[in-house]
Amino acid sequence: MATEFHNLQELRHSASLATKVFIQRDYSDGTICKFQTKFPAELDSRIERSLFEETVKTLNCCYAEAEKIGGQSYLEGCLACATAYIVFLCMETRYEKILKKISMYIQEQNEKIYAPRGLLLTDPIERGMRVIEISIFEDSGSTSSSSTGSPSSGTAQ
Amino acid sequence: MSAVMITRKATRKWEKLPGKNTFCCDGRVMMARQKGVFYLTLFLIVGTCSLFFAFECPYLAVHLSPAIPVFAVLLFVFVIAMLLRTSFSDPGVLPRALPEEANFIEMEIEAANGNVMAGQRPPPRIRNVQINNQIVKLKYCYTCKIFRPPRASHCSICDNCVDRFDHHCPWVGNCVGKRNYRYFYLFTLSLSLLTIYIFAFNIVHVVLRSVDSGFVNTLKETPGTVLEVLVCFFTIWSVVGLTGFHTYLISLNQTTNEDIKGSWSGKNRVQNPYSHKNIFKNCCEVLCGPTFPSVLDRRGVMLEDSSSPTPSDVSAASTHKGSNPVSQTTKSSAPLIPNEHTPDEAKPSIGAGTQKSTSSPKEEKPPSPTSPNAVAPAVIKESTH
Repeated sequence: MATEFHNLQELRHSASLATKVFIQRDYSDGTICKFQTKFPAELDSRIERSLFEETVKTLNCCYAEAEKIGGQSYLEGCLACATAYIVFLCMETRYEKILKKISMYIQEQNEKIYAPRGLLLTDPIERGMRVIEISIFEDSGSTSSSSTGSPSSGTAQ
Repeated sequence: MSAVMITRKATRKWEKLPGKNTFCCDGRVMMARQKGVFYLTLFLIVGTCSLFFAFECPYLAVHLSPAIPVFAVLLFVFVIAMLLRTSFSDPGVLPRALPEEANFIEMEIEAANGNVMAGQRPPPRIRNVQINNQIVKLKYCYTCKIFRPPRASHCSICDNCVDRFDHHCPWVGNCVGKRNYRYFYLFTLSLSLLTIYIFAFNIVHVVLRSVDSGFVNTLKETPGTVLEVLVCFFTIWSVVGLTGFHTYLISLNQTTNEDIKGSWSGKNRVQNPYSHKNIFKNCCEVLCGPTFPSVLDRRGVMLEDSSSPTPSDVSAASTHKGSNPVSQTTKSSAPLIPNEHTPDEAKPSIGAGTQKSTSSPKEEKPPSPTSPNAVAPAVIKESTH
């Protein structure tokens, strides 16, 4: 299949973008950051459902961990308040540390799982934590099977 | 425009952000466009405290205790820190949808609406989600081209969608939203304490001094006292009332915006789905919850067409520097030409932006807003799509 896209760099610079799929937020648990695990139809032929769900579930867990209101967030909040929040100028918050972890996880997932299948995940933070953008690149070997009913709305390239 | 000179400064993303914010210190500081009232706030606080330190503190330190000015200094520093933190930070602005995302959402909407007869008005763009057994409607923002997350609202003064939008406060010169609400609350709380402190010690000082030299002589020796008492008197009524109002909101986990619109007022058995039904838990979530990072990468460097990704500075605001090449941000700016989907209210908002200096803000500070339902001295302006 799309095994010619081993290298992530090669994928970005040489492949042509067919379409993009956006995984929306799941607000059923309130305003915490959580994404829908519903498998989009456009990815049907490109990746296994279980791999995709695994990725999204891991991301959801990481965000839930970051936004957890518990002992550590209290301590951080109280310490910061006592110093008039000046400590935040030199210290990284727990949320920021977890975001870095998430960024590395996404990069790893892209390299190992998504790029070989001609897909690319974009870190949600670059889209305002609103969506997980999945770019679907065209298979140069086969016909572009990914654009199911997407009109030429300027998304290609 | 392909030749890039070596000495040319890199463009940072804040320079291209849509919306009506002003940025300082190369993107580190983010405020609303109208800053006049903020300067007034700063002047009043710094001025009154200076008078206190100049006139009252020497006498009180000697005759009562040196701890009095020390505590006043600590409180003053805390107030200023909270004010600057509230004013200069990103309130939780949601970046606008890039063209592909906007198109994707449009396609979803069209698919959901089905066939609309020609000439008929298309149905309003609303998404229903269920949160804690409560149906919450998510509205579509025509400016930002997104469905607003729950509790988000569009501030027409700053022309941004803000997450957990509370209100736009001209006194701090910024919106109050998810990221800076606790700083705003601590600012009002500490300012209340500072004002009461200065007022009380002014009275003490006048009384003590009058015993020695008489009332009129006291006022002649320390003329600043009169000014301080006046400022503190009027400030106490409004700021203490505001603090009380926000304490009430926090205990219910509501925003000013929701309170004013009556979203969870209880009619039609509608209840606040975000409340933990426990005052302590609600307070903890708002005041001691995690500190959300900004999703606006203000200080990231905008790339030229084919250059390799330039690493942006590590600052508190931008932690997301993946190896993905950054695409052009936000070419989808506010619709200057209203299309058939833009409701009438959205159209004049662009023109109104230029007349902000002449149109006076709707709020005047009401005296003693002691009841929780009183209008807080803030401008709540949002274009209701």
